[in-house]
Amino acid sequence: MDCQLDIFFLEAVVNGLLLAGLLALLALGLNLIFGVIDVVWICYAELVMVGMYGINYAYKGGMPFLVAALFGIVLVAIAGALLHFLVIRPVLETPPINQLLVTGGVLFLLQAAATMAFGIEFKNLGIRLGSLNIIDMSFSWSRILAFLFALAGMLALWLFLSRTFIGTAIRAISQDRQIMPLMGVDSRKLYLVTSAIGGGLAGLAAALMVLQYDIYPQIGLQFGPLIFMICVLGGLGNMIGGFVAAFIISQFIAVGSSCFHTEWGYAVAFLFFMVAIFIRPQGLFGSRT
Amino acid sequence: MLELKGIDAGYAGFQALFGVSMRVDAGEAVAVIGSNGAGKTTLLRVVSGLLAPTAGTMTMQGTDLIATPPHKVIETGIAHVPESRRLFPRLSVEDNLRMGAFIPAARAKFHQRLEYVYALFPRLKERRTQLAGTMSGGEQQMCAIARALMSEPKLVLLDEPSMGLAPVIVSQVFDLVRRIRNDGYTVLIVEQNVRQVLKVVDRAYLLEVGRMKASGRAEELAASDEIRKAYMGL
Repeated sequence: MDCQLDIFFLEAVVNGLLLAGLLALLALGLNLIFGVIDVVWICYAELVMVGMYGINYAYKGGMPFLVAALFGIVLVAIAGALLHFLVIRPVLETPPINQLLVTGGVLFLLQAAATMAFGIEFKNLGIRLGSLNIIDMSFSWSRILAFLFALAGMLALWLFLSRTFIGTAIRAISQDRQIMPLMGVDSRKLYLVTSAIGGGLAGLAAALMVLQYDIYPQIGLQFGPLIFMICVLGGLGNMIGGFVAAFIISQFIAVGSSCFHTEWGYAVAFLFFMVAIFIRPQGLFGSRT
Repeated sequence: MLELKGIDAGYAGFQALFGVSMRVDAGEAVAVIGSNGAGKTTLLRVVSGLLAPTAGTMTMQGTDLIATPPHKVIETGIAHVPESRRLFPRLSVEDNLRMGAFIPAARAKFHQRLEYVYALFPRLKERRTQLAGTMSGGEQQMCAIARALMSEPKLVLLDEPSMGLAPVIVSQVFDLVRRIRNDGYTVLIVEQNVRQVLKVVDRAYLLEVGRMKASGRAEELAASDEIRKAYMGL
């Protein structure tokens, strides 16, 4: 164990903070879907994977990175809407376990399809942004930009939800589904819009992740469980709870990795998660029963 | 304005309305009175499209309501204040009002309508940032009515606005109903509080176990021995 309040510790804390932005963005997307449609997209991380491949091929096909990133966001937004329309809507009125199972099925389907279509080798855009060096600490620009753009994405979503009519309806629908028609809201259309937004957030995450990570068909397994853990810790469906939980969990990962060993970071985070859920089963900020 | 003919409606294995016919003319206030379980709430749910009737016809200013999808009924000019208010409890008063203006025609006039309902109910302006669920019952009823007015409706449906409120508040709620009448809205109100509601409306229908039993001018019904005995406890 090597855990002193030195500059490496500080570096770990800052890296944890940078990681948290991305995780908070993904948790927000999942919470948005759950809060509005009452469905958990088990395959959420696989949508990110689809976006990463989309951006990879768009970029290598000659698009500038920003255009490729935009393409990825639109691609995954469409994928989200399709997921709702083709998979969720037919089982929406059936017991919740069915919705878990079908999105679980989509997870394996997407992984298998990606393996067959793109192969198992790691792919990389080959963009190197370099690092920001302060004293003896080093932070990669790809992480810093990912953090800033994730925050900007969340801010944009918050403005949309609080300032627009559709955003207000998205916040309202889970509070009383039955009277939405009396307000003139077509719930089916609202679910579709929400699914597209949830997909778009996954697409934004994909655009930020292709700058940091190699792409392979199982990449979703690396952070998918982490996002669920964050959502449950913050209280499933609670967007602010998920945001805060992302920062807590990523500190455990970053500092745990720095103090013990990289692999131990995740173990420490899960240990904290188990203890926290034992004490507060509804999540740190949850009020649902 | 609103016309129902021979409406049958019900829930799985249970019929709640039998051949109900009624009419509301522009500018009128009409009540449907009857005891608990008579089918009053079902009737309003049918009008606003929440429940599809199994027989009969229903039109709003010539538009066939039965062929109108539920979320489009409000665009024909019908706003429904549902039973037990049904505000969005964790949204602010102003966000609840924003929901009332969701339809495209109302969105364009949102700020204008907001000023209008705030002038009508100044209390809501004071409470505009408060979460709707934390207000008193009477204030919530006020907010529910204001939310319905946001869509600039022609006909306002009120489902048991006095239910669950303290007696002092009940008379305030009937004052609210009078106020929206005076502001030119046509009103269809469903109430168990027969004595009070007959003072507010022009005409009334009596609904008993899903069938229209009587109808007439409010003062005639209020004077009828049968109704006084059965519904006003006299």
